[in-house]
Amino acid sequence: MNQPDYDFLRKLLREKSGLDLSADKQYLIESRLLPLARKAGLAGIADLVQKLKDGSSALINQVVEAMTTNETFFFRDKVPFDHFREAIMPELLRARANRKSLRIWCAAGSTGQEPYSLAMCVKEMSAALSGWRIEILSTDLSQEVLEKSRAGLYSQFEVQRGLPIQLLVKYFKQVGELWQINPEIRAMVQHRQLNLLHDFSQLGTFDVIFCRNVLIYFDQDTKINIFGRLAKAMEPDGFLVLGAAETVVGLTEVFKPLTERRGLYRPNAAAPAKPAAGLSGLQKIASMAGR
Amino acid sequence: MRTCLVVDDSSVVRKIARRILEEMAFEVVEAEDGEQALEICQRSLPDAVLLDWNMPVMDGYDFLGRLRRLPGGEGPKVVFCTTENDIDHISRALNAGANEYIMKPFDKDIVSAKFQEVGLIQAMSSESA
Repeated sequence: MNQPDYDFLRKLLREKSGLDLSADKQYLIESRLLPLARKAGLAGIADLVQKLKDGSSALINQVVEAMTTNETFFFRDKVPFDHFREAIMPELLRARANRKSLRIWCAAGSTGQEPYSLAMCVKEMSAALSGWRIEILSTDLSQEVLEKSRAGLYSQFEVQRGLPIQLLVKYFKQVGELWQINPEIRAMVQHRQLNLLHDFSQLGTFDVIFCRNVLIYFDQDTKINIFGRLAKAMEPDGFLVLGAAETVVGLTEVFKPLTERRGLYRPNAAAPAKPAAGLSGLQKIASMAGR
Repeated sequence: MRTCLVVDDSSVVRKIARRILEEMAFEVVEAEDGEQALEICQRSLPDAVLLDWNMPVMDGYDFLGRLRRLPGGEGPKVVFCTTENDIDHISRALNAGANEYIMKPFDKDIVSAKFQEVGLIQAMSSESA
């Protein structure tokens, strides 16, 4: 791949998805976009770039999806789900005892393993949740992964990474070579297409936000901007869960880490109130990308 | 060092399993069928058993029943590893005292995920590239 083509793709991805590729990710682009180019009947990356420059918006979306889709599995990393069962839910069950409702948002829900893992946790706690309304919203940039999530169909390989066998037996049924999660669990999760770079205030406020393994792809200004807007979308006593390689430390004070629970954060009441940073942050990215 | 007994009539599968388990710091003992496996367990109980279902002489299901009746036989974590991949087989295995269940084909990620599940190894956090 030549340098101008690489620079063009970097800039495009940054503008469309916030994906911040370093200068040496040619192999990643080639491994993900070459199959896509071939599928579109193009000879290689150069032809793909030309097509993108001609302004094919369908192709642009495919490129963004191919570059931002990541592997995921049930109960990924385990620890966040221990936090959910042992810390988050017990505290919120007390705090919301009158309201009897909770809103949970998976901000990078991908193909559904994370929201369905949470739905299974909630289902397993149903004795304590009688009369409660638990809403689980899963959003993702990619329409394609959301479709897969809605279908709730997983390969034998996918159901064997992280999902305890007892839960497979209890909540899945075999459909040919695949495994499908029960309609009852599927009905607990709502799906919606969403780009985290865009305004998401219309979603309302949440008690719990899982935002894992997505912010690592963004540059620092974008991360700070998103943290600011996540804080606004969260109840003052809510919980934020980040991925194993992510943190707010050194970036923002709108959330503070719980030292005894790795990867778990809460809104910081002491943080200085800032004006809505939505637009200014994005303009900054656009101007940087346009340089 | 913890031990894992690999029970499978295929020497190829035993070899693959051995490589994966040794990377996970297990000492591996091999058996070709349930009867051999039971003899080994009568001498010394392993920490873990990776167990095929269909084998000559004594199959994995029979072995599991007998293992659990040995003195201390409830101790070893038993993970089935078989091409039998339907709910009926899985439920039977769990009722007979299996701790986890791998549907073949398997790889290191799956073995490691299942061993974490039953507490044989520590959970490691995955970090995206």
